[in-house]
Parts: sequence; structure tokens; C-alpha cells
Amino acid sequence: MIIIKKSWEIAESEVTPEPLYLRRREFMKAAGTIGGALMLSPWSSAQGALEIGAYQGNAVTLDEEITEEDAANSYNNFYEFGTGKEDPMQKSKRFTTDDWTIVVSGECEKHGSYGLEDMVKPFTVEERIYRLRCVEAWSMVVPWLGIPLGSILQSFQPTSKAKYVAFKTLHDPVRMPGQQRSVLDWPYREGLTIAEAMHPLTILSVGMYGKTMPNQNGAPIRLVVPWKYGFKSIKSIVGIEFTETQPQTSWNMAASREYGFYSNVNPTVDHPRWSQKRERRIGDIFKRDTLMLNGYADEVASLYDGLDLAVNF
Amino acid sequence: MSFSAALKSAYAKPIVHLLCLVPFCTLLWAVFNDGLGANPVEKLTHETGQWTLRLLLATLCLSPLRQWTGQASWIRFRRVIGLYTFFYGCCHFSIWFIADHSLDLGGMFEDIVKRPYITLGFSALMLMLPLAITSNQAMIRRLGKKWKSLHQLVYLIILLGVLHFLWLVKADYLEPTIYAIIAVILLLHRLGPMKHLSVKSFSTAP
Repeated sequence: MIIIKKSWEIAESEVTPEPLYLRRREFMKAAGTIGGALMLSPWSSAQGALEIGAYQGNAVTLDEEITEEDAANSYNNFYEFGTGKEDPMQKSKRFTTDDWTIVVSGECEKHGSYGLEDMVKPFTVEERIYRLRCVEAWSMVVPWLGIPLGSILQSFQPTSKAKYVAFKTLHDPVRMPGQQRSVLDWPYREGLTIAEAMHPLTILSVGMYGKTMPNQNGAPIRLVVPWKYGFKSIKSIVGIEFTETQPQTSWNMAASREYGFYSNVNPTVDHPRWSQKRERRIGDIFKRDTLMLNGYADEVASLYDGLDLAVNF
Repeated sequence: MSFSAALKSAYAKPIVHLLCLVPFCTLLWAVFNDGLGANPVEKLTHETGQWTLRLLLATLCLSPLRQWTGQASWIRFRRVIGLYTFFYGCCHFSIWFIADHSLDLGGMFEDIVKRPYITLGFSALMLMLPLAITSNQAMIRRLGKKWKSLHQLVYLIILLGVLHFLWLVKADYLEPTIYAIIAVILLLHRLGPMKHLSVKSFSTAP
């Protein structure tokens, strides 16, 4: 079950007290040693009643301070709800994700239209604390709840022709008012090579901060690719297509000179108009140095062996 | 009190001062009351930059207003608003230099040289400097006719400022375009046909 109660449905009294919340990871770390595949429901364990979905804590962590939840939920780039940073929070309040379906197509055996729950139910939801680096030179550390994308993709049985995976966001200008202006060529599109998609760090995320994915962060399901600029991590996904050729991606379509297909975080390759050497971590005043592949070089650099990253930016 | 008397009144200038300080005080209040959102540095940079542009446009509105209303007194406020423009420009620059560059001059100049939108913004601020310095009565007298030509630099400054904004935007050009259109209208007014539109020409129209 991945029923994660919507945050607004949680009564104030049910919310884990802050000190316990902050110690949650240590708690789960301890609990996690009991058994490998143990499914944990931290809040029900702690308080007994909460229906928050079970997830495996501490799957991937980071020894850096987690960004404040309020900041991660009020400072978003999600042009489907407007181009201002606070627009997504303000204009997505009435967005509903009931009966969400995802169409799977292209080079795979199991085409079809999948209900969100059916698609993710067979998998264990993990908490993964990742850096998130925006191409605008700000960053956060976010505790995502998600499932390795590779596991889900495997279940669709991609064929040998599947070299890329393309994703599509919902296109519905009534529900997503930002789409009433053609700031980008809607629907939003993103893509990965099959190797990037299958990499164990790549996840489909259904929640963050122990809660269901907030609308402004891409409810009900979004991609998270921690070594790429944030815009690669497409939100509110309704389509997954396996393709033989490199798919079109929205920012590349908007300005191909500025946004490449790969868009890996790379402090040595500047955006044509601004530097990518440094970034401001949300909550900080001063900037810090940006890490190669956003600090995930050890894990993912081998994906780009022999590729000139200055050309394939 | 008639409109023209209001413009000439002794209270008019202090009121303009106060109005020009409202954005600064609002931002200062927000700094100490957690009112700048998740990325306060970015918010402050954007707000001070936009207020620089707004006040610069306001300065450029005064002479057309004089013509349209037939009230010469508008020009009384030009120096005040112009100086506040420079003040907000300095705030904008300082925040960027301190927070984005941690006061590292080398890094700052590298950015100024490498990033065209920063080159434009920095040039605009540098060009404002001589205008601010020569804005007092003594300098006006001393420079005589040269003063007017020097202060026509403001037309170049507004173009640089607007381009600076346009060039840094990612995809949504709406806001900088609005500034650009207003700037172009105000500049065209000085060049061409609209220059002769005045209250008189309206009133003599059939």
C-alpha cells in the first residue's frame, strides 16, 4: 500500500512532534537493521494511529542539512502553475490528482494505461535524501519518497530497441493555469537515456518530507534525477514512452543553445548567460561551490565515459 | 489647493522623498520579519533591481508630464527621483557583490566581463555615477551647457537597464517587456511626433 495521507488531512495532534521528527532518521536507521526488506511506517510506529504509507527510511542519505519543508514547498519552478517562485504553491491549491493514470507506450512489451496505485503498489517506497540543484544556481536538500525508476521500467519489459525514455507532464490548461500562456511549448517533456533511467539513483517520487507529494512539487508522481539540473526532474507525469531515438525535451526546445539533452550538473560548463560554478543553498546567504554531477560523480560519472560533457551539456 | 499649487507646494518634495523610500523601508522590514520568502537574497536582488528601473522610468516621465499637463513644476522632482534611482541601483549592486560574490572583486569582475547581462547592468550603474555626482546646483552652474549633454546619458542608461533585465530572464519575458515598452515610448516621445502633443494641442483640436 502506498496510501500516504494528504498532509492537510492529518490532524494537528497526529503530527509527529518536531524533536521526534528530527530524530526520525536515526530511529529508522536503527529499525532498518532488523531486516533488509522491512517496511516501516515511522509515524505509526511512533504514534500508533497515523495512516501514512509504509516506506523504507534511510535508503540513501546525505550528511547535509535538510532544507526546511516550508521552503521546499513555497519556492518552486513549476511553470504549469505560473512562472513566479510562489505561483505553484498558490495556484495549485485546487489541483486534484484523483484517478491519475499514466500511459506507457513505445518500445516495450507491456503498453497500456496504468492507474497510479497499480503502477507503484508492487514496490517498496524508499526515503532518499538528495541534493537538488536548479539551473538557476540555487539548491536544496530534499527527503524524497520514491521508487527506483529502473524497477518500474523493468516491469514494462522494454525491448532491445528502447534506448531512451521520454516523459510527459499533464497538459490541461484548466487545471494547470500556467499552461494558458505559452511560456513553454506544452506539454512539458523530458527524457533520459535508458542507462540514466535504469541507474539506481533515479527515482519516481510520490512524496517528500514523509508526506504525499504536494501539488506544487509535482503531485502525484514525478521524476527525481539528483545529478541533473532540476528541470530534468519532470513533474506530474502522465506519459512514459520508450524510444529508439533521443526524445525532445522542453527546455532544449525552448533554447537549445542553453539547455542540452543531458543537462548534468557541471560547474565547469557554464550556462551561456550565467555561471554554474557556485550555487546558493536555500537558507544560506552566501554561495557555495557546485559539485561535479551535483556530488554524485562517484555513482554516475561512468555513464558518461568517453562523452565530451562540454559538447554534450 | 489646485493641482498646480500642490505640485509647487513646500510639501511636495518631502512627499516624493517619502514615496521613494517606501520600497526600501518595506524591504528592510521584510528582512527582519522573515517576509522575503525562501530565497531572500534573490528576492532582494530582484526587488531593488526592479525599483531601480521603475524610478528611472519615473524620472523619464517628468518631462513628458510637463508637456502634457503644461505644469513646469514636475521638473522639480527630477533630481530627487534620479538620486533615488542611483540609490536603489547601488543597493542592487551591493547585494549581488556581497551575497553572490562574497566580496571577491576578482570573481565579480570576471562575471562582469563574461556575462553580457551583467556587463550591461554594471555599465548602467557606472554611467549613473557621474550623473549623481553632478546633480547638485553648483555642478549644474559649473558645467553650463555640458551638463545637459552629460545628463542625456540617462537615455542610454535606461536602454542598458532594460536590456539587462531582458537578457537574464529564462523564458517568461512578460515583465521585462513591459519595462521595455514603457522605456521605448518615453524615448520615442523625445525624438519624434509625440513631442508636440500637449494640453494646448489637445484643446485646440476640433
